[in-house]
Parts: sequence; C-alpha cells; structure tokens
Amino acid sequence: MASQETPVSRRLKLIKHVIIVCSGKGGVGKSSVSAQLALSLHASSPTARVGILDVDLTGPSIPRMLGLAGHGVHQSSEGWVPVYADGAEARLACMSVGFLLKKKDDSVVWRGPKKNAMIRQFLSDVRWGELDYLVIDTPPGTSDEHLSLLEHMALVHDRLSAVIVTTPQAVALMDAMKCLSFTRTVSLPVLGIIENMSGYVCPCCGEISNVFSTGGGEDMARRENVPFLGSLPVDTELVTLLDAAEGAEGKDEKNSAQPNESAERSFRLLARYQRTSSADLMKPIVDVIMGTLPLVESSAQQP
Amino acid sequence: MLAVQQPTEVPSPLSVPSNAPEHCPGTESELAGKSAACAGCANQEICASNTPKGPDPALPFIRERMSTVKRKILVLSGKGGVGKSTFTAQLGWAFAADEDVQTGIMDVDICGPSIPTILGIASEQVHSSSSGWSPVYVQDNLGVMSVGFMLPSSRDAIMWRGPKKNGLISQFLKDVDWGTLDYLLVDTPPGTSDEHLSIVQYLKESGIDGAVVITTPQEVALQDVRREIDFCRKVGIRVLGVVENMAGFVCPGCKTESQIFKPSTGGAKKLAEDMGLELLGSVPLDPRIGKSADYGVSFLDEYPDSPATTAYLNIIDRIKEILGDA
Repeated sequence: MASQETPVSRRLKLIKHVIIVCSGKGGVGKSSVSAQLALSLHASSPTARVGILDVDLTGPSIPRMLGLAGHGVHQSSEGWVPVYADGAEARLACMSVGFLLKKKDDSVVWRGPKKNAMIRQFLSDVRWGELDYLVIDTPPGTSDEHLSLLEHMALVHDRLSAVIVTTPQAVALMDAMKCLSFTRTVSLPVLGIIENMSGYVCPCCGEISNVFSTGGGEDMARRENVPFLGSLPVDTELVTLLDAAEGAEGKDEKNSAQPNESAERSFRLLARYQRTSSADLMKPIVDVIMGTLPLVESSAQQP
Repeated sequence: MLAVQQPTEVPSPLSVPSNAPEHCPGTESELAGKSAACAGCANQEICASNTPKGPDPALPFIRERMSTVKRKILVLSGKGGVGKSTFTAQLGWAFAADEDVQTGIMDVDICGPSIPTILGIASEQVHSSSSGWSPVYVQDNLGVMSVGFMLPSSRDAIMWRGPKKNGLISQFLKDVDWGTLDYLLVDTPPGTSDEHLSIVQYLKESGIDGAVVITTPQEVALQDVRREIDFCRKVGIRVLGVVENMAGFVCPGCKTESQIFKPSTGGAKKLAEDMGLELLGSVPLDPRIGKSADYGVSFLDEYPDSPATTAYLNIIDRIKEILGDA
C-alpha cells in the first residue's frame, strides 16, 4: 500500500527537498521569509532550481513580493505552467492562487473542502519539473491548508521539512509554539526557527529599537531543543523592495511569453535583493538549511 | 426543592468522543463511520450517514441568546499580525471603562487565540453552569470567551479542519451565557474562510452592526485588506471604517519619526478613498503597545500620554458616533 503512486507523488518525484515555511501567527513574515529563502537558494548555485508554492489561498502575497502580480497561469498538455520569476532561465518557478484571480482585489471566500481541492491541484497538476527545492509558503494557523498539505504529500514525507518563523513578542511565540507542537504531532522534521522583525535601526540616528522586543525566538529554540537559524531585523529596504516589486499589471497578459523583458525585470529584483542587508543575514541561514536538509531527511527515513 | 439541572458540558477540543473506539478517525474525518475501527462503534451510523442536513438547528438558539445583545461588531483584516486582537482588546477596555456598559469579547481565532494573553487572563478556565458556559471576566462588565481557555496547555495546537471550527463558533454563540450585553466584539483570524463565513451566517438573523477593518500601511497588507472589504460587500456587512495600525515609528533616541512599513501605495488613506470608506484613524507604532499586550495590561490605562492612546481613543469615539451611541 505504501508503494502506491498518487498523482501528487508522481509529480513530486523529481523534487529533491520540500521546505514548508510556517508559523502559528499571521503577519510575522512567512511570505517574505519564503521569498527570501527562494531567492537565496536560487542564488546559491548557478544551476539550483527552486519552486515556490503559495498555499495562502485567501491572502496570497507571493506574486506581489516577487513582482509577478498580474501574471496568469498557462495550460499545457503536461499541466499548469508555473510562472517563472527569472524568465527564460526558468530556475525559479512560482505558483499561487493570486495568478488564477481575474481581478487582484477579488476575495477568495472558500471553506475547507474547496481549499483542500485547490492544494491537491497545486501539487498534482502543476508542471514543476525537476526541482532542487520547493519552498511552500503557508497561511497562519494549523488548519485545513496544513493538514491537506501533509495528507497529500504523505508519500513523499521523507523529503519534507519545516522552517518556523516568529517575531519576538510573547503573543507571537505562543502561536509559534502551537505550530511546533503541530509539527511534532505530524512528525514533520523542523530545520529551525527564524526570528523576524528583531529590532529596527533608526535611519536617522542608527539607534536599534526593539520594536517587538527581542531574543524570544532564540530562547524558545533553546528551550524546545530546536536549532535557531538566526534573527532578521526589520529591513525597511526589503519591505519596500518586496512591496513595490513591479508587477506586469496593465501590460499585455502574455508578458511571461516575452522572456527577455521578464528575465531582465526579475534579474533586477534579485540584484536589488542581494544588495539589501537582509540578504547577507539570510545567507548563513540558507547555508545551515542546505547543510542540515540531507541529515534531517536521512533520519526521517529510518523510523 | 432544587431542581437538578444538567450543566452544558465544556468540550475538550483535543479529544474524540468519550465513547469512541481506540482508533477513531475523528468525527470530522472523511473516513468517519467507514474505517475499520468504526465497526461496532455506537456512533457509527451517525458518522456514516451522509444525509444532507437541513437548516442549522443551532440557529434558533443563537437568535435567542443574541436577542439580549445590543450591538455586534466584527474586527476584521485579511492580513495577519496587523493588530486585530490588540485593537479588539483596547476597544473592549475602552467600552468597559463605563461601568454601566456591559461588554463581551468573543475570540473566533481558533488556531491562534491571542485574546486571553492580551487581556491578561491566559490561565483562566471556562466553567459551565445550567445556563451555559460562563465567560471569563476581566472585570465586572467585560466578559471574554476564547478557545484558549479550553486547552490544557498553551503549547497545544488545535489541528481542526473547517467543520469542527464552525461547530465551536456556533457553540460560542449558543452555549455561552453572555447575559445582557451592550457590545459584543468579535475578534477574527486572518483571511476569508470558514470562521468568517460561519460567524456571518450564524449572526445574519440577529444582525451585525458593522465591521472595523484593521490594516498596516504597506501594500502587501493593503492587498489582503482590499479582499476582506470585498468579502464584507459580498456578504452584506457594513464596514464602519478602516483603522491604520503601525503607522510611523518615533525613535526613542532621537525622536525622529520614520516609516517602518512604508505606505508605498498611499497607505490606508488611499485605500479608504478608493473603496469609499472612512479612515477612522492612524495609530503610530509604539513598542509599548506590544509590551502591554505581552503582559496583558491595558495600554490605554498604562500610558495615557502616548500619542497612540490619543489615536485609539479618537477612533473609539468615532466608532461610537457612527453607531449612534456617543
């Protein structure tokens, strides 16, 4: 029974590692960390192939952050074609419900079963191709989306791992703890905790203010015996970069078919990202993640 | 003689029915009533029956319970972490500052309940009586209900799919002994999904007085908030107005104001204009707000001189004015 193939496992056969980015709390920076993770993994080697899947169905942020807002998804005989953030290079594939909406302000008002079906389609119908890493950005909480993801990917469970994002406040840490309990219940290996929004540097005098307190993520990691991957301060440069990333809105919808222009734009996003201070802080985090992935997965294979 | 009445039992959210067999797949599972473990279970027939259900039998009870609640206000935002719960708590404290005003806060964020921590009552428990579950009281005229009170430990995660969450929300409305309330504030989770649809559906008959939509200034938050407003319009809820949170940060060192979350697309002001809504106000980012929330104390009482307090109070006055209660 365990060797039974499902459309999802067939599709995910060529994906080496799946990293689920989660946090119990909303607005702690799951999507921006996912985007950074994808960009950094993409930059880690000239041949790395990365996918990013946004399963936050009622609040998709990834398209805007990667400057892909307004793109549509194309059908092919082999399934849905993901939107490539780097154009012709096609090493950064992206899929989100945001690409399926007719109008960007349309609300997706769905109950659980419909969300479940959509997630299954994202996993089984998207032509991801061969990927080194698939980063999955999740909505806040521990509910339908999370359960569906694990259910549909049960056959590739030994390739799954999670990164937990939190901010230093007690309120956020409490939800992060719930998220950690969730990963333990479903035996999902945790690569580590990232503390986001840890301090803010005043652009005027350079003083560091702990807007949302500090150190809580590291304490939690120590207490719970989970690796602490690092802290990322509030980086206004990054906020602006991910916020204002130029979309293809207003332009011809077939923009993605014009590789040159798209590639150039995305190249700019990557180049600008790599100039931010967050990119430097993210690099050691990504190195740790790339280093521990094989270890975590090999231990997962031995029950 | 005293009549012995059966108290409404407070459910333990982590368990399957008490009389379930060992490997019960859970009553909400797709395998409910069909898995091997279900053979011989007393509830198998109920679980396995797929008969379409009629109108929710809870509706008349909810209507009755809500008939003594004067105003019902939702606090919404498509985006997480923008300060919904903090705002709800401040609003509750501000209403309850008047001793004659009875206020209730209902936290329908099932997977991430923050209200108990923010109000400083995280270790309390719900008690049941013959008239229903008794809310936890922060002060005499401020009652609170949240799933956080029902968990054995705050570390426990609630891993529920939609139908189970809906069931609990209906119980919050039907089985909680709210008593006579002037205001019932409903704090919601981010998004536009089960919890939101359920609360709207359950309160439709009793009427929702309006929704306050919270946002932060950056576009990534605004785009989710636009979707939430679109949702309100689709289901016919009046939006009382938009509150912009975390707008501007005053450095404690040099007193210069800077924008942590830059309003690159015009912020909440532009959003309110575009959507034809009122901007109720902007609350600056004060690190003490988050601290107060962590320690469970009222920011308005602790720091009455902060510009954020003034902003909060103005917004609350405006909400009362819009509702015609000022």
